[in-house]
Amino acid sequence: MTPLDFVILLFLISIAAGILGSLVGLGGGVVVVPVLTLLFHIDIRLAIGASIVSVIATSSGAAAAYVRERMTNLRAGMFLEIATTTGAITGAYLTTILPARGLFILFAVVLGYSAVAMYRKRHSAALLTVSHDRIANRLNLHGSYYDDAEQKEISYKVTGTKAGLSIMYVAGMVSALLGIGSGALKVPAMDLAMHLPMKVSTATSNFMIGVTAAASAGVYFARGQIDPIMAAPVAAGVLGGATFGSRILGRLESKTVRLVFVIVLIVISLEMLQRGVL
Amino acid sequence: MSEDHPVSSQDHLSSVPRSSKPTATTPLSSGGIDPEYIDPKGSKVAAAIVPDKPSHPDKSFVVDDEKVRKVEILISLVLRVGVVLSVLVITAGLVVTFIHHPAYAALSGHASYHSLTSMASKFPHTPGGLVKSLSAGQGQGIIVLGLVLLILTPVMRVAVSILTFVYQRDPLMTLVTCFVLSALIGSFFLGSA
Repeated sequence: MTPLDFVILLFLISIAAGILGSLVGLGGGVVVVPVLTLLFHIDIRLAIGASIVSVIATSSGAAAAYVRERMTNLRAGMFLEIATTTGAITGAYLTTILPARGLFILFAVVLGYSAVAMYRKRHSAALLTVSHDRIANRLNLHGSYYDDAEQKEISYKVTGTKAGLSIMYVAGMVSALLGIGSGALKVPAMDLAMHLPMKVSTATSNFMIGVTAAASAGVYFARGQIDPIMAAPVAAGVLGGATFGSRILGRLESKTVRLVFVIVLIVISLEMLQRGVL
Repeated sequence: MSEDHPVSSQDHLSSVPRSSKPTATTPLSSGGIDPEYIDPKGSKVAAAIVPDKPSHPDKSFVVDDEKVRKVEILISLVLRVGVVLSVLVITAGLVVTFIHHPAYAALSGHASYHSLTSMASKFPHTPGGLVKSLSAGQGQGIIVLGLVLLILTPVMRVAVSILTFVYQRDPLMTLVTCFVLSALIGSFFLGSA
C-alpha cells in the first residue's frame, strides 16, 4: 500500500469516525485507534497520538454547530472543565507511576457499569424542574434547548455538581494516562449524576473533550507521537464527518442517541479489557 | 463548598428520578398560558400538579438572552475559523508532501506507508524542528503547523470565553474560565518539560 492509498483510506474511515464521535460526544478514537493498530499495523503510541488529534477535530468541528444551536450547555461545560484540565495535569504526572495495564482493566469495568446504568435509565430519563444544588444555582448552570425531534423547547435543571466534578477529574486523568476515552466518562457523568438531557450531555461532552485533549496534546506532540502523515487524513476526515454528524443529532430521538452511546460504550469497554489483559 | 443537598453521589448513579413531574416551560414556542404539563420525553402528564413558577436564575437568563446569543455565535465562530484554517493548512501540507515525493503519490507501487508511520519515522515534533522544517519548505512541516492550529483552537475558545464572561458581567464564570485557561497553559509547559 502506497502512502497515497493509506491517506485516502484513512481519510474515508475518519469521516465515519467523525460522524459517530460527534453524535455520541466521544472523540472518534474508538474507531481510529483499532483501525490504525489492527488494520494498518501501526504502533499503538502513534495511534494514540492520532486519536488525540481526532478528539480535538471532532470537538471543534461539532461544537461549532452545537453551540450555535444551543444544544451545548456552555456554562456547565466550562465549569466542569475546571476538573478535566486539573485531572489531565495530574494524569500527566502519574503516567510513569501507575501501571497502565491495571488502569485499562479498571476503566473497562467502570465503563461497563456506566453502560448498564445508562441503558437502565432509558425509560426513566425524566428531567428536573427544581434543583437544590447550590453550585448549580449560584452559577446558573441550568439551561434549555430546542429539540428538533420533539419540536419543542426543553428546559432542564442541573444537579449533582460535586459528583459531576469528581467524575470529570477522573475523566481528565484517564485521558492523559491512557490517551483515550475521556468522553466515555463525561457523558455518563452528565446524564446520570447531573441530570442533563441525553443530547445536551453528548453535545456538552463534545464541547469539553477538545480542551481535555488539548491539555494532553502538548505531551504527545513533544514525545513525537503525532505523526503528520497519519494525523492529516484523520484531522481532515474527522472534521468533515463531525460537521455532517452535528447536523443529524438534533433530529435524532434522545432514546436513539442513548442506545448508540451504550453500544459504543460497551465496545470501548471490551477494547480496554483487551488492552489490559493482553 | 458546603454539603447543601441531601443526595449523595451514590444516589445519583442509581438513576432514580428525584423530581416531581417535569414541566414544559416554553419561552420560544407557545404562549405558555395553558399550564399543560408535558413530560420532556413526550408522554403527556395530567395537568393538575404544581403551577409553574419560573425561578430567579431563569428570569435573569431571559433578560440576558440577547447577550448570551451573541456569545454563542462568537464562540461558534472562533471554533469554525480555527477548524477551517487548520484543515486548509493541513491539506496544503499534504499536497506539498506528495509533490515533493512523487513516489508516495502513486496509487500502486513499491513505496510503502510503513516508512512514514513507524516510531522511527522522522517528522518535526519540537517548536525548533517545526521552524526548521517550515523554512525548508517541507510538506510535513506545513501539516504539523496545521495540527498546531487545530490544537490551539480549543485554547482560543477558552480565551475568548473569558472575554465573553467579562462582557456578560459574570465574575464567577470569569474566574472559572481563567482557571481553566491557566491550567491549560500550564499543561503545555508541563508537556514540554
